[in-house]
This record gives sequence, structure tokens and C-alpha cells, in this order.
Amino acid sequence: MKQLRIFLFVTLFLCAFGLPLLSATQAFLSVQVKEGQLRSAPSFLGSVKAALAYGDRVELIEDKGAWKQVAIRKLRGWMHMSALTTKKIVLQAGAADVQTSATSSELALAGKGFNAKVEAEFKNKNKNIDYTWVDRMEMLAVKPDQMQAFLKQGQVNPPEEVAP
Amino acid sequence: MKRDSLILFLLLPASLVIFGCQTMLTVTEKVTTVAEGVGMIDPSYARAIKKSTVAVSKSIEEFTPEQEYYIGRSVAAVILTKYQPYTNQPANQYLNLLGQTLAQASDMPEIFRGYRFLVLNSDEINAFATPGGQIFVTRGLLRFCRNEDAVAAVLAHEIGHIQLKHGIQAIKKARITDALTTIAAESARALAPNEVAMLTETFGGAIMDITTTLINNGYSRSFEYEADNAAQTILRRLGYDPNGLVEMLMVMGKNLKSGETGFAKTHPAPQDRIDEIQQKLGIKYSRVQTPETRQARFTKAVGKI
Repeated sequence: MKQLRIFLFVTLFLCAFGLPLLSATQAFLSVQVKEGQLRSAPSFLGSVKAALAYGDRVELIEDKGAWKQVAIRKLRGWMHMSALTTKKIVLQAGAADVQTSATSSELALAGKGFNAKVEAEFKNKNKNIDYTWVDRMEMLAVKPDQMQAFLKQGQVNPPEEVAP
Repeated sequence: MKRDSLILFLLLPASLVIFGCQTMLTVTEKVTTVAEGVGMIDPSYARAIKKSTVAVSKSIEEFTPEQEYYIGRSVAAVILTKYQPYTNQPANQYLNLLGQTLAQASDMPEIFRGYRFLVLNSDEINAFATPGGQIFVTRGLLRFCRNEDAVAAVLAHEIGHIQLKHGIQAIKKARITDALTTIAAESARALAPNEVAMLTETFGGAIMDITTTLINNGYSRSFEYEADNAAQTILRRLGYDPNGLVEMLMVMGKNLKSGETGFAKTHPAPQDRIDEIQQKLGIKYSRVQTPETRQARFTKAVGKI
């Protein structure tokens, strides 16, 4: 009984203090949005160098508040933390690592849970609900250079010092 | 035996550090199984450890951005069943240029499929934001805006609700637990048809919880003040005048009739919001000055809406 307590205590202690040490050496994050923006600087004013795909694994290089400097393949740049998760994202159900993985706290299975299939079932049961304009809204995407032009044209000048 | 146990005590927890705690569950399970095998702990204790580790892992689970996106789509569809879209392309394009730019300056610039904005063809004074990033503003509310800075304030307030996950918090707790339990089972295998049906039912319930809150009940006053607060930060980061919100609320205060549906029912009184903004953020009101080009594009797109 005493042994068990010591065992649990040591385990928890190492988990609490050991992990931060470990992650300082090498950590990976996953892109959790459809298209993650990789920027040239840690700010929304930084130009977008590339768009990373859902599930892409990036290596964490530097941590600067909400902005993370990351590397993937030959690319290096800054991403906002809202685009990233510490979980590994598996894009296909039934993939080998999903079977062997113990828990969803380390893995996120793309497309699981509330997904297109559930939406289709819901639609089927609620035929009065119309998705036409929800789909049309998706087409109204604005590109980063259009945003920059919009700010410039309207003489909206972001003060450098408060840029997140 | 005693010495073996001692070595195990030192080695096994150390192995956790090597593998990292993200794999805590797997490792704990293995360690517990080993410990059980060498007679260090009895099987019932072993089971208890395994069980509690699973519980801890699940409690930190939440909806992924992808799932919030699907919740948002259906909330948007319900809203668009009750309200008609205003199909004026320049107005919607302007709203998306402005809104998506504002979202980039928020604390949550990246959501699964990005933010989208649409004007609703309604005289009611109202605005809605879904957890998936769809934001709606009625023509009635846009008529209270005298300049782009005011429109920016309205949109930034809605972005604030998304950033602060207010929509998700409107879902009843029991429903979230139900959903996450079913979803957790799915990570290991495909869902059986009855589980898909269960999940769809929970999904429908969640959509109802959110739309009822958005359309009928409104958020708490504190959520509204929090969204105003977030809006001020977004406006300042981009270089819009924080008084845009105060000015819009002043016009609203003059025009809002009590007993009206929409904002009058679901939001704190405009003057209360102005007081809160001015007291908490120390903003002293002065008239919003916007450059001519900015005013011109505002007038062209939504000035006569």
C-alpha cells in the first residue's frame, strides 16, 4: 500500500515537472485548421509565406506568447497558437496509430464526432432547415493581400506596438 | 524481491519522463500491468489506476475546431431559416473584407474554415455569431452605424463572442458529456449506426441550445461586456477608433424601443454598455473622425442599407 503511494507520487511528480523539461528540447505541434497561415513575423501584420494543411506536424522552434515559430520541411515561420494543437491529428479513421494509441488526449482523429455525416443525418431529420446560404458564405473568403489593400485604402494604420 | 521492487520504483516512473506525459495513459497502463505482474500491487488497485487515468484524460477533452465548424454550420442554417439573407453582393463583400481583417487581429485569428459574414434582410436590430465563424448582422443594426469604425465595432463584438467560446458554453453540460463520451469511443473504431444516431441527436440538441440562446434568451450581461471588451482590443490593434462602438451604441440608445425583439431583448441597455466601456477601459468619448476614402467606401457599401 505504501509502495503504491510512493509509486503514484513519483509518477505524478515526474509528469508535472519532467514534461516541461522534455518539451524544451524538441516539441511538435499539429495544424488543427483547414489552412494554417505561416507568417514571416510573429504578428497578423507579418506576410503569409505559406498555408499549411490540416494535420501537418510542425516543430516548435521558439515560443513568443500567442505566436510560435515553427519549422516544417524546408519552411520556417510564425503561426498563431489558435491554428495549432499539441495533439497528433490522424486524418484517416482506422489508421494503424489510431488502433494502438491509448487515448484521444494525445490524438485527434480528423473528421470524428460532429462531422459531415452527422450534419447529413441532422439535415435528413430537419428538412425545413436550408443550408444553401451557409454553403454560399464559404465562397466569401478574403485573401491576405486583399486585407492589406483594404487597410491601406481605408487609411487604417495598425499601431506597431500593440500588434499581437 | 525487495530489491527488484525498488529498481522498478525508480525505473518505471523515470521511463514516463523519457516517453513524455502525452503518452501517460499508455505508459501508466503498461507500468501498472508490470507492477501488477510482479506482485507489487494487487489487481483491483491496478484496475483503479487504469480507470482513473482514463477519466483524467477524458476530462481535458473538448470539441476540436473541426467539430465547432460543423456545429456552426447548422446553427447558421437554423438562423438562415428564420431570417432571410440580404443578397446585395457589394454589402456582403464589404462586410467580409472588414470582418475577416478584424478577425486576424483577434486572439483567435485561426478557426477551422475561417470567419464569414452575411447581412440579414431584416429590420430587427440583431447580430449573431456561431461557434463555426459564421457571423450575421441585420440591416436594422447596420443602419445604426454612421461610419466604418462603428461597423467594425459591431463585427468585432461578434468575433469576441466566438473568441471567448460563448456559443459553445450555451450547450448544456450533460449534452457535452454525452457527445464527448461517444466521440472518445470513436477514436479507436468506426461508430456503429446506433451511435451515429445518438450523436446526431446530441448534435441536434446542441444546435437547439445555441440557437435558443442566440435568438431568444441572449447571453448573460457579463458575456456581452466581455465581448465589448474583446472588441475594443481588436479595434485598437488594427487602428480603428474604439469610440466606434460607443457611437453606435449612442445611436442605438436613441432609436431602440423597449419591448422590441432582437437586441432590446437579448442585450444590456446601450447606455449600460457605454458606461461599462468607458469606466472599465477609461475611454473618454470624442467624435469618431474617419478619413474621406474610408467614409466613401462605407457609404457606398452599407451607408444606405
